[in-house]
Amino acid sequence: MRPQPEPVQVIKERRDAGLARLVAAVPYIAYLGVRFDRRGDELTAVMPFRPDLIGNPALPALHGGAVAAFLEIAAIIELTWSTQWGGIESGAADTGATAAAHMPKTIDFTVDFLRSGLPRDAYARARVNRSGRRYASVHVEAWQDNRARLFAQATGHFLMPAPAGAAGE
Amino acid sequence: MTGDPTETQAETQGRIARQFIEAIPHSRDLGMRIEVLVGGRCTASMPWDARLVGDPATGVIHGGAVSALLDTTSGAAVLSHPEAMAAATATLDLRIDYMRPATPGQTIVAEAECYHVTRSVAFVRTQAFDDDRARPVAAATGAFTLERGTLERGRG
Repeated sequence: MRPQPEPVQVIKERRDAGLARLVAAVPYIAYLGVRFDRRGDELTAVMPFRPDLIGNPALPALHGGAVAAFLEIAAIIELTWSTQWGGIESGAADTGATAAAHMPKTIDFTVDFLRSGLPRDAYARARVNRSGRRYASVHVEAWQDNRARLFAQATGHFLMPAPAGAAGE
Repeated sequence: MTGDPTETQAETQGRIARQFIEAIPHSRDLGMRIEVLVGGRCTASMPWDARLVGDPATGVIHGGAVSALLDTTSGAAVLSHPEAMAAATATLDLRIDYMRPATPGQTIVAEAECYHVTRSVAFVRTQAFDDDRARPVAAATGAFTLERGTLERGRG
């Protein structure tokens, strides 16, 4: 006899709570106003428009630095989320106040600005192309009105945190 | 200083560009200040701020905020280049290397050099420091668009 599956609401609440705690652990994510939509394990980062994100008032266009930061946040949260998925499912992952200390550290990040960011909400999805014990490579795509018309993309390399219990960082 | 007869053309260009950049909403919100801006070189600062922290346990500023400072400083250097008079610019690409965490509580200062311009592209390298000027916190290399001869100055 197979055990009864968990009620769907219990699973959803556990995953949403784990994600919300990861995001809340980083003050800068709240400053930019970035939030994450989740479908199963698929995340979409959302940066709602606000006037403080403008870099060119004449066009107007989003600030390149705000766009770069948005993509970097999308990459780090996706990488953390995908590597901690098992731990979130079992309840063993650190998604508490110290979660930021166990997030991957950016080594380098290259942003390709394809067109100017409009004064509207922006969306981003990241894909972990390689995730090793020590290093990871992540690609991010960002769009606004049309999913097929990217306004920015980026690739970054990240240093993975030492596994819990390992000596040193 | 408007109308100062001793101000050179380069100083006038630098003053206008500085006023323009300090009026950019996102740069203002991050507390950025242009310290030096002349001849394709820009020095800009961003004070430590609790809102910009990436890891509350250490108080280290998030890489994304450092990216915004590097991008703004690099774009400003383009606008102040002697061959880019009255131009607009937008970032084409920006590669950022993060060498070490910035020391919490210290202002981050970025120094950009627009080292080459073509008819339509500007090339820039930039470094960011905290109080330790011997060891950069981060470095960036970027390519920027160059739109000459328009009155509209802007940053994409």
